[in-house]
Amino acid sequence: MVHWSAEEKQLIASIWGKVNVEECGAEALARLLIVYPWTQRFFSNFGNLSSPTAIVGNPKVRAHGKKVLTSFGEAVKNLDNIKGTYSKLSELHCEKLHVDPENFRLLGDILVIVLASHFGRDFTPACQFAWQKLVGVVAHALARKYH
Amino acid sequence: MVLSASDKANVKAVFTKIGGQAEEFGAETLHRMFHAYPQTKTYFPHFDMGKGSAQIKSHGKKVAAALVEAANHIDDIAGALSKLSDLHAQKLRVDPVNFKLLGHCFLVVVASHNPALLTPEVHASLDKFLCAVGTVLTAKYR
Repeated sequence: MVHWSAEEKQLIASIWGKVNVEECGAEALARLLIVYPWTQRFFSNFGNLSSPTAIVGNPKVRAHGKKVLTSFGEAVKNLDNIKGTYSKLSELHCEKLHVDPENFRLLGDILVIVLASHFGRDFTPACQFAWQKLVGVVAHALARKYH
Repeated sequence: MVLSASDKANVKAVFTKIGGQAEEFGAETLHRMFHAYPQTKTYFPHFDMGKGSAQIKSHGKKVAAALVEAANHIDDIAGALSKLSDLHAQKLRVDPVNFKLLGHCFLVVVASHNPALLTPEVHASLDKFLCAVGTVLTAKYR
């Protein structure tokens, strides 16, 4: 079980409380597809991904980004059992979606950059530490059931 | 991985915009990296890691200068950073994985200071550039 200090929990909660899940989720997924274009391989049925502008404006990207970040919220709510929280999702990503777990790490880092851009100075180094830890734990939990 | 003409233009524009703040960004990048990834401190056992550390400021300045130099010679990053590449291969031998961590923290610094500058397209170009710099610095490792 991952240990979270009181300070880490507070830093995570205080940022999460101010996150617009729809906007941040959409932005994070769009940036993933733009910065690491090979990740588009999982979204061949999403329509027009032909340019950064197309990706940012793509309604399926926005919707899926919101879905992904909403799910992330489950980790924030269950910091003491992230493994259990993502058990089924891990199986799904392995067995049905066939997503290389490296993508979870890439998305996690993109999310940190998106948070930094939204929160500026408030996204302090201590904040970044807590969030890097969180995205790492989530990535690990999502990869855990792979076989 | 190749830097396109628009990648190069984006990177040059970023460093022009950052201007004199590059040194400050360099120091903050290191500070964030040491805190987010404590294992990176192992290369600097003699450093004062506290806020406002003179050593971090001074080293941040060096790191920033190297990035600026690479951006100014973006058509030949390997040539521009050749001596630094030798240094990292023969003396410093920083594990290659750490250049990714440094690059990531630099993006976080730019994002937090100047979010409008880091559009998705610029983010992609800058990420590619930072990867290219890391590749050059580790090119002679073996």
